[in-house]
Amino acid sequence: MLWYTGRRLLQLIPVFFGATFLIYFMVFALPGDPIAALFGEKQPSPAVIEAIRAQYNLDKPFIVQYLLYIGGLFTGDLGTTFSGRPVIDELVRAFPITFRLAMLALLFESIAGIVVGLYAGLRKGKIFDNSALVVSLLLISVPTFVIGFVLQYVFGIQLALFRTTVSSQAPWSELVLPAIVLASVSFAYIVRLTRASVAENMSADFVRTATAKGLTRRRVVGVHILRNSLVPVITYLGVDIGSLMVGAIVTEGIFNIQGVGGTVYRAIQLGEGPTVVSFVAVMVIIFMLANLLVDLLYAVLDPRIRYAK
Amino acid sequence: MPSNTTPGLSPDHYVAPLDETPLKAVDAVDETEKPRSSWNDAWDAMKTRPLFWISAVLILFVIVVALFPQLFTSTSPTSGASLPDSNGPAESGHPMGFTLQGLDVYARVVYGTRASLTVGLLATVLVTLVGIVIGSLAGYYGGWLDALVSRLGDIFFAIPTVLGAIVLMSVLPSRTPLTVALVLSLFAWPQIARIMRGSVLGAKSSDYVMASAALGVSRFRILIRHVIPNAITPVIVVATVSLGTFIVAEATLSFLGIGLPGTVMSWGNDINAARASLRVAPMPLIWPAAALSVTVLSFLMMGDVVRDALDPKARARR
Repeated sequence: MLWYTGRRLLQLIPVFFGATFLIYFMVFALPGDPIAALFGEKQPSPAVIEAIRAQYNLDKPFIVQYLLYIGGLFTGDLGTTFSGRPVIDELVRAFPITFRLAMLALLFESIAGIVVGLYAGLRKGKIFDNSALVVSLLLISVPTFVIGFVLQYVFGIQLALFRTTVSSQAPWSELVLPAIVLASVSFAYIVRLTRASVAENMSADFVRTATAKGLTRRRVVGVHILRNSLVPVITYLGVDIGSLMVGAIVTEGIFNIQGVGGTVYRAIQLGEGPTVVSFVAVMVIIFMLANLLVDLLYAVLDPRIRYAK
Repeated sequence: MPSNTTPGLSPDHYVAPLDETPLKAVDAVDETEKPRSSWNDAWDAMKTRPLFWISAVLILFVIVVALFPQLFTSTSPTSGASLPDSNGPAESGHPMGFTLQGLDVYARVVYGTRASLTVGLLATVLVTLVGIVIGSLAGYYGGWLDALVSRLGDIFFAIPTVLGAIVLMSVLPSRTPLTVALVLSLFAWPQIARIMRGSVLGAKSSDYVMASAALGVSRFRILIRHVIPNAITPVIVVATVSLGTFIVAEATLSFLGIGLPGTVMSWGNDINAARASLRVAPMPLIWPAAALSVTVLSFLMMGDVVRDALDPKARARR
């Protein structure tokens, strides 16, 4: 297990450099001048442009720029936003909010998704199963921002049950509605995954054996079916962290949450390319680490999977 | 000889009586008939399902609307705005009411179909072609090519598609349906390539591949004629579903303001434009959102049906 963890961490290194290089390359080496984009219609004097280019290391060869950027990443210097604040400060401020939102969303989607998926899978072909399938397909096909607007309109404006925007402190209670919006699409995928997996395991030999032994249905379902059905769901959670991040950009934009996603959203609206890049780069790194974590969790959960030494 | 043989049991092996196929039945097989492919079986399985016909009709309808929007409305989606009608309710001749600018919502929904569908189709075609070529070459030839392609795929795979698209679109100077599709497929190809590679790896050790090689068929010809047709099924399923997700991705980018420019009519842009007056007039947002969702839904349902039909295991279970 330890060996496997080490090997996976080593494998992560080229992917990390490759991915950050790719992002950096896309922004700074492609046609289109980020400095010109910064000023919009009214272009500054060449001297100002030169000064800014030097500040962002854009006057140096591309590979040097990238290495300086990576060096900064490791020393905690992620550059500055266009308003002059260090990106790292923004991250430290915004990250806890997004973390709370994501945790809440993960909690909603996994609990509700597994419960609904389990019931649907146990009653395959019945009315509950069919309606769960239809609802999950609907949730997947409606974009997150539309679900966000509709829930904001119905619960925030019509029923006035929740605040439509979240205050800058973002306490847990105000994050409930945004977390439901953020969780909606993943909830649908988890329902479908759990359902398919439960329905398949229902006819597995080990379930028939457990029933034949005279175990109560409760124990058969709870221990034998559910535990084995959760393995693909856990794997999905790894991929899901990526979609939660994209979802966070949209959801935090809609509910005006001052988290990482909301910051990216505003940076996009203002056309602050480099700020978007530094934040998304950090998001990609989190995504890679989370994927590694899920892979390891997968090994713990499923006794059939023993990673070769 | 082990001594624990149960006494009384005949040492001879029991052989079940074999029913030999009668010669008549062998002679009756019509050898001129074309062999049934798995596609025939899949078609038979699909055509009995109502869900297949529902989604097929919906998809056809959306394609016709995208090709000939003028058949469905005579109202112009961009001109003839009358400000007194701003956010107005539905009236005769304008079944879905008016936008903030006083344009006909129905006409805009009809004309917005083309951009959304173009991005979805273009991105799907690109991703599928690139994925199939790269995945099958990597899986079939292996070696350094496979190693290179797999590592490259890992790097692109580490960046979630929409996150990567957000970065690239926020710095790209030109934004057209083509660039949006290109950007989306840049980050989405590894998924198809991975599936194709795995599938090709499975197919290339089949007996029929060995048989063709023994007959002297060239390696490349085996790949084209035998391996790819037999390995392509999982890719088709994923491609059908991904068409829907690309349409959602385009709308998300447009919502963020970095998708198609505001001058292009698309559902994503119209939803984004309608959000400012959501409190007073929700309908200009609801209608394009509904059109988008129904389109995506029909591709998702089609993907489900195709997967069930192509997967013999799933077919037997039903």
